[in-house]
Amino acid sequence: MRNTLLALLAEGTAHGYELKQAIEQTFGDAWPPLNIGQIYTTLGRLERDGFVSSAHVAQAGRPDKRVYELTEAGREEVRDWLEEPVTGPRLKDEFFTKLVLARLPGVASLNGGTDARALIARQRRDYLQSMRDLNGLLLRQQRNGGDQTTAALLIEGAILHLEADLKWLDVCEQRLT
Amino acid sequence: MQHEFILDARGLTRTYASGDVQVQALRGVDLALEPGSFTAIMGPSGCGKSTLLHLLGGLDRPTGGEIHLTGRRVDGLSEAKWSVLRRREIGFVFQFFNLIGNLTAADNVELPALLVGTSHGEARRRCQGLLDELGIGDKAGTIPARLSGGQQQRVALARALVNRPTLLLADEPTGNLDSESARDVLALLQRLHEGGQTILLVTHDARVASNADRVITMRDGLIIDDTRLSESGDSSELLSRLIRLEV
Repeated sequence: MRNTLLALLAEGTAHGYELKQAIEQTFGDAWPPLNIGQIYTTLGRLERDGFVSSAHVAQAGRPDKRVYELTEAGREEVRDWLEEPVTGPRLKDEFFTKLVLARLPGVASLNGGTDARALIARQRRDYLQSMRDLNGLLLRQQRNGGDQTTAALLIEGAILHLEADLKWLDVCEQRLT
Repeated sequence: MQHEFILDARGLTRTYASGDVQVQALRGVDLALEPGSFTAIMGPSGCGKSTLLHLLGGLDRPTGGEIHLTGRRVDGLSEAKWSVLRRREIGFVFQFFNLIGNLTAADNVELPALLVGTSHGEARRRCQGLLDELGIGDKAGTIPARLSGGQQQRVALARALVNRPTLLLADEPTGNLDSESARDVLALLQRLHEGGQTILLVTHDARVASNADRVITMRDGLIIDDTRLSESGDSSELLSRLIRLEV
Protein backbone atom coordinates (compact mmCIF):
# COMPACT_ATOMS: atom_id res chain seq x y z
CA MET A 1 0.00 0.00 0.00
CA ARG A 2 2.71 2.43 1.08
CA ASN A 3 4.77 2.13 -2.10
CA THR A 4 1.71 2.07 -4.33
CA LEU A 5 0.53 5.39 -2.89
CA LEU A 6 3.98 6.92 -3.27
CA ALA A 7 4.20 5.74 -6.88
CA LEU A 8 0.74 7.07 -7.75
CA LEU A 9 1.62 10.44 -6.21
CA ALA A 10 4.52 10.62 -8.68
CA GLU A 11 1.76 11.06 -11.28
CA GLY A 12 0.72 14.32 -9.61
CA THR A 13 -0.85 15.69 -6.46
CA ALA A 14 -4.00 13.97 -5.28
CA HIS A 15 -6.32 13.75 -2.34
CA GLY A 16 -7.16 10.49 -0.58
CA TYR A 17 -10.28 9.63 -2.54
CA GLU A 18 -8.54 10.25 -5.88
CA LEU A 19 -5.79 7.83 -4.83
CA LYS A 20 -8.40 5.21 -4.02
CA GLN A 21 -9.90 5.63 -7.49
CA ALA A 22 -6.47 5.52 -9.11
CA ILE A 23 -5.70 2.17 -7.46
CA GLU A 24 -9.05 0.77 -8.55
CA GLN A 25 -8.55 1.92 -12.13
CA THR A 26 -4.99 0.61 -12.32
CA PHE A 27 -5.47 -2.81 -10.73
CA GLY A 28 -9.16 -3.53 -11.21
CA ASP A 29 -10.60 -6.51 -9.36
CA ALA A 30 -7.18 -7.88 -8.54
CA TRP A 31 -6.73 -5.40 -5.70
CA PRO A 32 -8.51 -6.37 -2.48
CA PRO A 33 -11.44 -4.11 -1.49
CA LEU A 34 -10.03 -0.74 -0.48
CA ASN A 35 -10.77 0.97 2.75
CA ILE A 36 -10.44 4.76 2.54
CA GLY A 37 -9.44 4.88 6.21
CA GLN A 38 -6.44 2.66 5.46
CA ILE A 39 -5.37 5.10 2.74
CA TYR A 40 -5.55 8.08 5.10
CA THR A 41 -3.64 6.23 7.81
CA THR A 42 -0.89 5.35 5.34
CA LEU A 43 -0.75 8.91 4.00
CA GLY A 44 -0.43 10.16 7.59
CA ARG A 45 2.56 7.91 8.20
CA LEU A 46 4.17 8.92 4.90
CA GLU A 47 3.80 12.57 5.85
CA ARG A 48 5.28 11.93 9.31
CA ASP A 49 8.28 10.23 7.64
CA GLY A 50 8.75 13.18 5.28
CA PHE A 51 7.91 11.38 2.02
CA VAL A 52 4.80 13.42 1.28
CA SER A 53 3.55 16.87 2.24
CA SER A 54 -0.04 17.99 2.36
CA ALA A 55 -1.99 21.21 2.03
CA HIS A 56 -5.57 22.20 2.76
CA VAL A 57 -7.51 23.30 -0.28
CA ALA A 58 -10.69 25.25 0.33
CA GLN A 59 -13.74 24.05 -1.62
CA ALA A 60 -16.81 26.22 -2.20
CA GLY A 61 -19.74 24.91 -0.17
CA ARG A 62 -17.87 21.77 0.96
CA PRO A 63 -15.33 20.97 3.66
CA ASP A 64 -11.65 21.61 2.85
CA LYS A 65 -9.83 18.74 1.27
CA ARG A 66 -6.29 17.71 2.02
CA VAL A 67 -4.13 17.34 -1.07
CA TYR A 68 -0.93 15.30 -0.98
CA GLU A 69 2.28 15.81 -2.88
CA LEU A 70 5.54 13.85 -3.08
CA THR A 71 8.54 15.46 -1.42
CA GLU A 72 12.07 15.09 -2.80
CA ALA A 73 12.65 12.33 -0.21
CA GLY A 74 9.44 10.69 -1.48
CA ARG A 75 10.66 10.77 -5.09
CA GLU A 76 13.93 9.22 -3.96
CA GLU A 77 11.97 6.53 -2.09
CA VAL A 78 9.96 5.62 -5.23
CA ARG A 79 13.16 5.48 -7.32
CA ASP A 80 14.82 3.16 -4.78
CA TRP A 81 11.73 0.96 -4.60
CA LEU A 82 11.54 0.61 -8.39
CA GLU A 83 15.21 -0.21 -8.71
CA GLU A 84 15.30 -2.79 -5.93
CA PRO A 85 14.41 -6.34 -7.08
CA VAL A 86 11.74 -8.01 -4.99
CA THR A 87 13.44 -10.73 -3.01
CA GLY A 88 11.99 -14.20 -3.36
CA PRO A 89 10.94 -16.96 -3.37
CA ARG A 90 7.65 -16.24 -1.67
CA LEU A 91 6.17 -19.51 -0.60
CA LYS A 92 3.05 -18.95 1.40
CA ASP A 93 1.43 -22.32 1.36
CA GLU A 94 -1.00 -23.63 3.91
CA PHE A 95 -1.04 -26.99 2.18
CA PHE A 96 2.58 -27.54 3.13
CA THR A 97 1.75 -27.02 6.80
CA LYS A 98 -1.15 -29.42 6.42
CA LEU A 99 0.98 -32.07 4.76
CA VAL A 100 3.67 -31.89 7.43
CA LEU A 101 1.27 -31.88 10.37
CA ALA A 102 -0.92 -34.67 8.94
CA ARG A 103 2.07 -36.98 9.31
CA LEU A 104 2.11 -36.63 13.09
CA PRO A 105 0.43 -39.71 14.61
CA GLY A 106 -1.98 -37.79 16.85
CA VAL A 107 -3.13 -35.54 13.99
CA ALA A 108 -3.41 -38.50 11.63
CA SER A 109 -5.68 -40.35 14.09
CA LEU A 110 -8.11 -37.42 14.07
CA ASN A 111 -9.10 -37.97 10.45
CA GLY A 112 -8.89 -41.75 10.40
CA GLY A 113 -5.27 -41.81 9.32
CA THR A 114 -5.71 -40.16 5.90
CA ASP A 115 -2.41 -40.69 4.15
CA ALA A 116 -0.36 -38.10 2.34
CA ARG A 117 -1.44 -39.57 -0.99
CA ALA A 118 -5.10 -38.73 -0.30
CA LEU A 119 -4.24 -35.21 0.86
CA ILE A 120 -2.20 -34.66 -2.27
CA ALA A 121 -4.92 -36.05 -4.54
CA ARG A 122 -7.52 -33.72 -3.03
CA GLN A 123 -5.20 -30.76 -3.39
CA ARG A 124 -4.46 -31.68 -7.00
CA ARG A 125 -8.20 -31.70 -7.76
CA ASP A 126 -8.57 -28.25 -6.30
CA TYR A 127 -5.60 -26.93 -8.31
CA LEU A 128 -6.94 -28.47 -11.53
CA GLN A 129 -10.31 -26.81 -11.00
CA SER A 130 -8.54 -23.49 -10.36
CA MET A 131 -6.52 -24.03 -13.53
CA ARG A 132 -9.72 -24.53 -15.48
CA ASP A 133 -11.27 -21.43 -13.91
CA LEU A 134 -8.23 -19.31 -14.72
CA ASN A 135 -8.10 -20.59 -18.31
CA GLY A 136 -11.77 -19.72 -18.64
CA LEU A 137 -11.14 -16.24 -17.28
CA LEU A 138 -8.33 -15.66 -19.72
CA LEU A 139 -10.47 -16.85 -22.62
CA ARG A 140 -13.31 -14.53 -21.64
CA GLN A 141 -10.86 -11.65 -21.33
CA GLN A 142 -9.64 -12.29 -24.86
CA ARG A 143 -13.15 -12.60 -26.25
CA ASN A 144 -14.24 -9.37 -24.62
CA GLY A 145 -11.30 -7.56 -26.23
CA GLY A 146 -10.36 -4.08 -25.04
CA ASP A 147 -7.31 -3.23 -22.99
CA GLN A 148 -7.15 -6.03 -20.44
CA THR A 149 -3.38 -6.25 -20.28
CA THR A 150 -3.06 -5.86 -16.52
CA ALA A 151 -5.69 -8.49 -15.71
CA ALA A 152 -4.41 -10.90 -18.40
CA LEU A 153 -0.86 -10.67 -17.04
CA LEU A 154 -2.07 -11.40 -13.54
CA ILE A 155 -4.08 -14.41 -14.69
CA GLU A 156 -1.09 -15.70 -16.69
CA GLY A 157 1.02 -15.31 -13.55
CA ALA A 158 -1.52 -17.16 -11.44
CA ILE A 159 -1.61 -20.02 -13.97
CA LEU A 160 2.18 -20.33 -13.95
CA HIS A 161 2.15 -20.41 -10.14
CA LEU A 162 -0.46 -23.16 -10.26
CA GLU A 163 1.66 -25.16 -12.68
CA ALA A 164 4.52 -24.93 -10.21
CA ASP A 165 2.22 -25.91 -7.34
CA LEU A 166 1.09 -28.98 -9.28
CA LYS A 167 4.67 -30.00 -10.03
CA TRP A 168 5.54 -29.53 -6.41
CA LEU A 169 2.65 -31.82 -5.41
CA ASP A 170 4.22 -34.49 -7.63
CA VAL A 171 7.53 -34.04 -5.83
CA CYS A 172 5.81 -34.31 -2.43
CA GLU A 173 4.06 -37.45 -3.62
CA GLN A 174 7.27 -39.07 -4.79
CA ARG A 175 9.12 -38.30 -1.57
CA LEU A 176 6.40 -38.94 0.99
CA THR A 177 4.40 -41.89 -0.34
CA MET B 1 -28.31 -48.27 -30.51
CA GLN B 2 -27.29 -45.94 -27.70
CA HIS B 3 -24.58 -47.35 -25.49
CA GLU B 4 -23.89 -46.42 -21.92
CA PHE B 5 -20.21 -46.10 -22.72
CA ILE B 6 -18.47 -45.25 -25.97
CA LEU B 7 -15.45 -47.01 -24.62
CA ASP B 8 -15.14 -49.39 -21.72
CA ALA B 9 -11.74 -50.83 -20.81
CA ARG B 10 -11.28 -53.22 -17.92
CA GLY B 11 -8.15 -54.48 -16.22
CA LEU B 12 -5.83 -53.43 -19.02
CA THR B 13 -2.21 -54.49 -18.66
CA ARG B 14 0.69 -54.17 -21.02
CA THR B 15 4.07 -55.72 -20.37
CA TYR B 16 7.09 -55.24 -22.61
CA ALA B 17 10.19 -57.32 -22.69
CA SER B 18 13.23 -55.06 -22.52
CA GLY B 19 16.21 -57.37 -22.80
CA ASP B 20 15.80 -59.83 -19.93
CA VAL B 21 13.61 -57.42 -17.97
CA GLN B 22 9.83 -57.31 -18.08
CA VAL B 23 8.59 -53.72 -18.05
CA GLN B 24 5.04 -53.23 -16.84
CA ALA B 25 3.83 -50.19 -18.75
CA LEU B 26 0.23 -50.69 -17.63
CA ARG B 27 -0.61 -52.53 -14.43
CA GLY B 28 -4.40 -52.81 -14.48
CA VAL B 29 -6.37 -49.86 -15.78
CA ASP B 30 -10.16 -49.48 -15.86
CA LEU B 31 -11.58 -46.66 -17.94
CA ALA B 32 -15.09 -45.97 -19.19
CA LEU B 33 -15.97 -42.99 -21.39
CA GLU B 34 -19.51 -41.68 -21.66
CA PRO B 35 -20.84 -40.48 -25.02
CA GLY B 36 -19.94 -36.86 -25.64
CA SER B 37 -17.43 -36.70 -22.78
CA PHE B 38 -14.14 -34.83 -22.94
CA THR B 39 -11.52 -36.58 -20.83
CA ALA B 40 -7.85 -35.88 -20.29
CA ILE B 41 -5.26 -38.36 -19.06
CA MET B 42 -2.44 -36.55 -17.35
CA GLY B 43 0.88 -37.81 -16.10
CA PRO B 44 4.64 -37.55 -16.56
CA SER B 45 6.41 -39.34 -19.40
CA GLY B 46 6.67 -43.02 -18.71
CA CYS B 47 3.47 -43.20 -16.63
CA GLY B 48 1.75 -45.32 -19.26
CA LYS B 49 -0.65 -42.73 -20.66
CA SER B 50 0.46 -43.04 -24.27
CA THR B 51 0.54 -46.83 -24.00
CA LEU B 52 -3.05 -46.69 -22.79
CA LEU B 53 -4.09 -44.46 -25.67
CA HIS B 54 -2.41 -46.76 -28.17
CA LEU B 55 -4.19 -49.80 -26.74
CA LEU B 56 -7.55 -48.01 -26.85
CA GLY B 57 -6.97 -47.01 -30.45
CA GLY B 58 -5.80 -50.46 -31.52
CA LEU B 59 -2.27 -49.30 -32.35
CA ASP B 60 -0.94 -51.78 -29.79
CA ARG B 61 -2.40 -54.91 -28.15
CA PRO B 62 -2.93 -55.38 -24.40
CA THR B 63 -1.19 -58.15 -22.47
CA GLY B 64 -4.37 -58.59 -20.46
CA GLY B 65 -7.81 -57.07 -19.99
CA GLU B 66 -10.75 -56.16 -22.20
CA ILE B 67 -11.67 -53.26 -24.44
CA HIS B 68 -15.26 -52.64 -25.50
CA LEU B 69 -16.02 -50.04 -28.14
CA THR B 70 -19.71 -49.05 -28.28
CA GLY B 71 -20.61 -52.29 -26.60
CA ARG B 72 -18.53 -54.54 -28.83
CA ARG B 73 -15.48 -56.36 -27.53
CA VAL B 74 -12.52 -55.39 -29.70
CA ASP B 75 -9.31 -56.32 -27.89
CA GLY B 76 -9.06 -59.69 -29.61
CA LEU B 77 -9.67 -58.44 -33.15
CA SER B 78 -7.24 -59.25 -35.92
CA GLU B 79 -5.01 -56.51 -37.31
CA ALA B 80 -7.16 -56.38 -40.46
CA LYS B 81 -10.36 -55.88 -38.48
CA TRP B 82 -8.69 -53.31 -36.25
CA SER B 83 -7.53 -51.30 -39.22
CA VAL B 84 -11.09 -51.12 -40.54
CA LEU B 85 -12.34 -50.17 -37.10
CA ARG B 86 -9.68 -47.50 -36.70
CA ARG B 87 -10.61 -45.89 -39.99
CA ARG B 88 -14.32 -45.86 -39.30
CA GLU B 89 -14.65 -45.37 -35.58
CA ILE B 90 -11.51 -43.74 -34.22
CA GLY B 91 -9.86 -40.46 -35.13
CA PHE B 92 -6.23 -39.91 -34.12
CA VAL B 93 -4.30 -36.69 -33.61
CA PHE B 94 -0.62 -36.90 -32.72
CA GLN B 95 2.01 -34.52 -31.43
CA PHE B 96 3.92 -34.54 -34.71
CA PHE B 97 0.87 -34.27 -37.02
CA ASN B 98 1.94 -37.31 -39.13
CA LEU B 99 0.65 -35.83 -42.39
CA ILE B 100 1.72 -37.26 -45.74
CA GLY B 101 4.27 -34.76 -46.99
CA ASN B 102 3.71 -34.99 -50.73
CA LEU B 103 -0.09 -34.75 -50.54
CA THR B 104 -1.99 -31.47 -50.28
CA ALA B 105 -3.94 -30.66 -47.11
CA ALA B 106 -7.18 -31.66 -48.87
CA ASP B 107 -5.73 -34.97 -50.13
CA ASN B 108 -4.50 -35.79 -46.61
CA VAL B 109 -7.98 -35.21 -45.25
CA GLU B 110 -9.84 -37.02 -48.02
CA LEU B 111 -7.66 -40.14 -48.02
CA PRO B 112 -9.24 -41.90 -45.00
CA ALA B 113 -12.71 -41.14 -46.39
CA LEU B 114 -11.81 -42.66 -49.76
CA LEU B 115 -10.29 -45.70 -48.02
CA VAL B 116 -13.65 -46.56 -46.46
CA GLY B 117 -15.43 -46.23 -49.79
CA THR B 118 -16.81 -42.70 -49.58
CA SER B 119 -17.37 -41.22 -53.05
CA HIS B 120 -14.90 -38.61 -54.31
CA GLY B 121 -17.57 -35.93 -54.34
CA GLU B 122 -18.69 -36.66 -50.79
CA ALA B 123 -15.09 -36.89 -49.53
CA ARG B 124 -14.31 -33.52 -51.12
CA ARG B 125 -17.43 -31.94 -49.70
CA ARG B 126 -16.74 -33.18 -46.17
CA CYS B 127 -13.07 -32.20 -46.41
CA GLN B 128 -13.82 -28.65 -47.50
CA GLY B 129 -16.49 -28.34 -44.80
CA LEU B 130 -14.01 -29.40 -42.13
CA LEU B 131 -11.16 -27.22 -43.39
CA ASP B 132 -13.54 -24.25 -43.45
CA GLU B 133 -14.77 -25.03 -39.97
CA LEU B 134 -11.20 -25.25 -38.68
CA GLY B 135 -10.32 -21.92 -40.28
CA ILE B 136 -7.96 -23.21 -43.00
CA GLY B 137 -10.39 -23.43 -45.92
CA ASP B 138 -7.93 -21.49 -48.09
CA LYS B 139 -5.12 -24.01 -47.47
CA ALA B 140 -6.78 -27.01 -49.18
CA GLY B 141 -4.27 -27.06 -52.05
CA THR B 142 -1.16 -26.50 -49.91
CA ILE B 143 1.34 -29.21 -48.96
CA PRO B 144 2.09 -29.67 -45.23
CA ALA B 145 5.65 -28.28 -45.44
CA ARG B 146 4.21 -24.90 -46.42
CA LEU B 147 1.87 -24.78 -43.42
CA SER B 148 2.65 -23.61 -39.89
CA GLY B 149 2.56 -26.14 -37.04
CA GLY B 150 -0.83 -24.90 -35.96
CA GLN B 151 -2.22 -25.21 -39.49
CA GLN B 152 -0.75 -28.71 -39.88
CA GLN B 153 -2.42 -29.78 -36.65
CA ARG B 154 -5.73 -28.44 -37.97
CA VAL B 155 -5.29 -30.49 -41.13
CA ALA B 156 -4.55 -33.52 -38.93
CA LEU B 157 -7.68 -32.76 -36.92
CA ALA B 158 -9.77 -32.55 -40.11
CA ARG B 159 -8.30 -35.87 -41.26
CA ALA B 160 -9.14 -37.43 -37.90
CA LEU B 161 -12.74 -36.23 -38.17
CA VAL B 162 -13.49 -36.92 -41.83
CA ASN B 163 -15.06 -40.33 -41.17
CA ARG B 164 -17.09 -38.93 -38.26
CA PRO B 165 -15.39 -41.09 -35.65
CA THR B 166 -17.13 -42.31 -32.54
CA LEU B 167 -14.04 -41.43 -30.55
CA LEU B 168 -11.32 -38.83 -31.08
CA LEU B 169 -7.96 -39.73 -29.51
CA ALA B 170 -5.38 -36.97 -29.15
CA ASP B 171 -1.82 -37.67 -28.00
CA GLU B 172 -0.15 -34.40 -26.83
CA PRO B 173 -1.89 -32.51 -29.66
CA THR B 174 -0.39 -29.20 -28.55
CA GLY B 175 3.03 -30.58 -27.57
CA ASN B 176 4.73 -29.26 -30.67
CA LEU B 177 2.91 -25.93 -31.02
CA ASP B 178 3.64 -22.38 -29.90
CA SER B 179 1.33 -21.10 -27.19
CA GLU B 180 -1.03 -19.25 -29.52
CA SER B 181 -1.52 -22.20 -31.89
CA ALA B 182 -1.91 -24.47 -28.86
CA ARG B 183 -4.69 -22.25 -27.58
CA ASP B 184 -6.41 -22.32 -30.98
CA VAL B 185 -6.24 -26.11 -31.20
CA LEU B 186 -7.61 -26.45 -27.67
CA ALA B 187 -10.43 -24.05 -28.53
CA LEU B 188 -11.23 -26.21 -31.57
CA LEU B 189 -11.32 -29.36 -29.41
CA GLN B 190 -13.65 -27.52 -27.07
CA ARG B 191 -15.94 -26.66 -29.97
CA LEU B 192 -15.95 -30.25 -31.21
CA HIS B 193 -16.81 -31.35 -27.70
CA GLU B 194 -19.69 -28.87 -27.59
CA GLY B 195 -20.85 -30.42 -30.86
CA GLY B 196 -21.06 -33.81 -29.13
CA GLN B 197 -17.72 -35.38 -30.11
CA THR B 198 -16.31 -37.82 -27.54
CA ILE B 199 -12.66 -36.90 -26.94
CA LEU B 200 -9.85 -38.56 -25.03
CA LEU B 201 -6.72 -36.45 -24.76
CA VAL B 202 -3.35 -37.43 -23.32
CA THR B 203 -0.97 -34.80 -21.99
CA HIS B 204 1.75 -34.15 -19.43
CA ASP B 205 0.56 -30.55 -19.19
CA ALA B 206 -1.97 -29.68 -16.47
CA ARG B 207 -2.98 -26.51 -18.26
CA VAL B 208 -3.93 -28.51 -21.35
CA ALA B 209 -5.64 -31.20 -19.26
CA SER B 210 -7.79 -28.65 -17.46
CA ASN B 211 -9.64 -27.98 -20.72
CA ALA B 212 -11.33 -31.36 -20.32
CA ASP B 213 -14.37 -32.01 -18.13
CA ARG B 214 -12.71 -34.97 -16.51
CA VAL B 215 -9.03 -35.37 -15.61
CA ILE B 216 -7.47 -38.74 -14.90
CA THR B 217 -4.03 -38.78 -13.31
CA MET B 218 -1.66 -41.68 -14.02
CA ARG B 219 1.55 -42.80 -12.32
CA ASP B 220 3.64 -45.91 -12.92
CA GLY B 221 1.08 -47.68 -15.08
CA LEU B 222 -1.88 -47.03 -12.78
CA ILE B 223 -4.68 -44.50 -12.51
CA ILE B 224 -4.17 -42.71 -9.20
CA ASP B 225 -6.94 -40.13 -9.48
CA ASP B 226 -10.03 -39.41 -11.52
CA THR B 227 -11.82 -36.11 -11.08
CA ARG B 228 -14.55 -34.14 -12.82
CA LEU B 229 -14.08 -30.43 -13.27
CA SER B 230 -17.02 -28.07 -13.17
CA GLU B 231 -17.81 -25.06 -15.30
CA SER B 232 -16.32 -21.84 -14.05
CA GLY B 233 -18.58 -19.31 -12.39
CA ASP B 234 -18.80 -15.55 -12.46
CA SER B 235 -15.68 -13.74 -13.69
CA SER B 236 -15.29 -11.09 -11.04
CA GLU B 237 -15.86 -13.58 -8.24
CA LEU B 238 -13.16 -15.83 -9.75
CA LEU B 239 -10.76 -12.97 -10.21
CA SER B 240 -11.10 -11.91 -6.63
CA ARG B 241 -10.84 -15.47 -5.31
CA LEU B 242 -8.00 -16.74 -7.46
CA ILE B 243 -5.69 -13.86 -8.14
CA ARG B 244 -6.13 -11.29 -5.46
CA LEU B 245 -2.86 -9.47 -4.88
CA GLU B 246 -1.27 -9.61 -1.46
CA VAL B 247 -0.79 -5.98 -0.49
